[in-house]
Amino acid sequence: MSERTTKQRETEETTDADAKGGDGTPTTVTSGATSTVRALENAGIETMFGVQGGAIMPVYDALWGSDIDHVMMAHEQGAAHAADAYNVVSGRPGVCLATSGPGATNLVTGIADANMDSDAVVALTGQVPQSMVGSDAFQETDTTGITAPITKNNYFASDADTVGDTVGEAVALAGSGRPGPTLVDLPKDVTNNETDRDPGMPQTPETYTPQEEADADAVETAAHTIEAADRPLLLFGGGVVKADASEEARAFATEYEIPVVTTMPGIGTVPEDHDLCLSWAGMHGTGYANMAINHTDLLIAVGTRFDDRLTGGIETFAPDAEVIHVDIDPAEVSKNIHADYPLIGDAGRVLEQLHDALPEAPDADEWREQCQTWKTEYPMGYATPDDEPLKPQFVVEALDEATSDEAIVTSGVGQHQMWASQYWTFREPRTWVSSHGLGTMGYGLPAAIGARLAADDDEEVVCVDGDGSFLMTVQELSVAVREDLDITVAILNNEYIGMVRQWQDAFFEGRHMAAGYSWIPEFDKLAEAFGARGWRVDDYDEVADAIEAALDYDGPSVIDFHIDPAENVYPMVPSGGANDEFALSEDQL
Amino acid sequence: MSGGLEGPPPEERASPDGRRNSQGIRIDPEVEAEPESRRAVLSALVQHEPGVLANVSGLFRRRQFNIESLTVGPTTDGDRARITLEIDEPEPGIEQAKKQLQKLVPVIAVTELEPDAIRRELALIKVDGSAPDQVGAVAEMYDGKTVDVSRESVTVEITGSEQKIDAAVETFGRFGIHEIVRTGTAALERGTRKTT
Ligand SMILES: Cc1ncc(C[n+]2csc(CCOP(=O)(O)OP(=O)(O)O)c2C)c(N)n1
Ligand SMILES: [Mg+2]
Repeated sequence: MSERTTKQRETEETTDADAKGGDGTPTTVTSGATSTVRALENAGIETMFGVQGGAIMPVYDALWGSDIDHVMMAHEQGAAHAADAYNVVSGRPGVCLATSGPGATNLVTGIADANMDSDAVVALTGQVPQSMVGSDAFQETDTTGITAPITKNNYFASDADTVGDTVGEAVALAGSGRPGPTLVDLPKDVTNNETDRDPGMPQTPETYTPQEEADADAVETAAHTIEAADRPLLLFGGGVVKADASEEARAFATEYEIPVVTTMPGIGTVPEDHDLCLSWAGMHGTGYANMAINHTDLLIAVGTRFDDRLTGGIETFAPDAEVIHVDIDPAEVSKNIHADYPLIGDAGRVLEQLHDALPEAPDADEWREQCQTWKTEYPMGYATPDDEPLKPQFVVEALDEATSDEAIVTSGVGQHQMWASQYWTFREPRTWVSSHGLGTMGYGLPAAIGARLAADDDEEVVCVDGDGSFLMTVQELSVAVREDLDITVAILNNEYIGMVRQWQDAFFEGRHMAAGYSWIPEFDKLAEAFGARGWRVDDYDEVADAIEAALDYDGPSVIDFHIDPAENVYPMVPSGGANDEFALSEDQL
Repeated sequence: MSGGLEGPPPEERASPDGRRNSQGIRIDPEVEAEPESRRAVLSALVQHEPGVLANVSGLFRRRQFNIESLTVGPTTDGDRARITLEIDEPEPGIEQAKKQLQKLVPVIAVTELEPDAIRRELALIKVDGSAPDQVGAVAEMYDGKTVDVSRESVTVEITGSEQKIDAAVETFGRFGIHEIVRTGTAALERGTRKTT
């Protein structure tokens, strides 16, 4: 990536990782393990993330001499999150590796996270030899059993001859249709056993046939409904990003001049500074997006699963709206919100179909004006009084300012995540990388590592983290240093698990039970101890310089922004409330 | 605490009157009644491989579908098995259950059977052995047969619809039931109609 700088190992000529082979030729299949690696090569996998251990050692050994790069992570959870972010940023499957038992269970959080956010993550786990399965052998866990509810599909490989096909299928399945995580459990006898069968190109199972194109009559009817709508509203979800359908989504919105709100995972599908874009809706979404959701008479929802953080109470969600729901997963349609017009298919393809079927834009001048009025009525903003500590929103805007439109932002979970998504103006898909459905604190730093390896060199990678979230996966900083990854971690440090503190203030009469850190490490020094660069910022006038220095530094850097610990996130729709009931301050909750 | 924003407060916002029910369907709150549940028989053709049954039953548990019975067995194709499920759910729940089932990768096809489909369950009922003749007579009444007799007990085998078995169990109750086992419903479409 860049020249090594402060690393102590500067004098060493080569590291093990450099010695590892890769001469441009595919791996020769001699065993289940080499067949596994060959299947990954056939699938075009270039990078994977993992941690070694007994039961997975044959697979690791087979990587010696393969062109696939392996990033040795500090913790398997980090490997799963890195693979996840790698997928979000590149659109290609992210692969993670772990040994049996604790290695596999450490992956679980990351797999569950990928499952909730429909990310194509492939997990390969070692397993004890089949002769010992069921005997409570050392480091044996029922990995396929544990992960069945949180994978799109999982596999227990039982034969060296077919393990490569299985791994290929797991990769192909993860990325097709509605993406999601898959897992292959690899017993050590299977990977050790001899075979010379080249697994060939990866294939999805024959019986797996997602519908790409919506029924033509249904499209026709839906198009008429759009044309007749008075208050049409587009709702773009993460499915639009997954389907690489931003272009179709933008074209549809602008041609028919239909206002757009996104979900949080849908951020970046349309430029947030576009006139038609009302930004994202939901619990901490903008007031104007939530007003629009509540007042639309036709919600055209694409690639969203109507999560409760978006809908609030089901009874009051878009109560006057008919719903057109475009999704590739039929099970999402009418799961939470009834679809009057279900359109099953690929987001981009169905948007094209709708486009072809829709001759005229709906007559919605008044509605568009109304949406603009809400924008001015409910502006996002914050004050920066001199006598109060640094405001986190200011830091987010300063970071946005200092980086390009293509910069990639990862985050932890909590208030900082909300400020990052509210005050960063996203313009491109696959630039907002966060843990939405599972809400996993600790996602941000390993995600930045995965994102860095997937992104182009000129795209900055910034992790907007919380102090609490950072502490959950901080060990991955060692990986960023070892791999010399140019990432910038901006900690919005309120010395609180702030989102919990906010709820305690609003709903638990201010009893801050287990929410405050009475002591917290000095993150700038911690960063330096890891071999990264660190800064601490307390005042407004230091913000820009620190950001510039951190972005300039060609390696991992951490800025510890000490922000106003009392700052809260608004707007806020109380859980289960109507979208238009968002509070603008604590006394409205 | 700070971080407040500007704008009209919640009580000053005009809110639409519309409503949805708990299934997310738009309704007239004046007339809406609680959605009624019904019994549905689902048949799933699945890959005959380890873990499928656990996966299917796990799915129904974790999504809180009300499952009444579940049976599984091989088909003539060694690679495929058939699972019959009976569920009790309001209409949207039945649709959801079908879709979620279909979504499992090893599940090849799912259908809901017609109300007149052939449904059969098998029960083995072990009752007290003091009146074997009377037990035999009742078994005959239910087209069942005595399959085991000992000094202490008589065991009868009954097949039929769930209702018939329920009725038989009740009747046998007067002899004193020692043990009972029921298989749950297996079902196929009638005539030329294909099940999946
Ligand atoms: C793994 C995990 N544990 C607990 C939670 C519950 N939780 C949600 S937000 C939050 C506070 C996060 O603190 P921090 O990272 O400092 O972010 P802040 O809200 O202060 O910005 C907690 C504990 C979670 N989301 N994930
Ligand atoms: Mg915090």
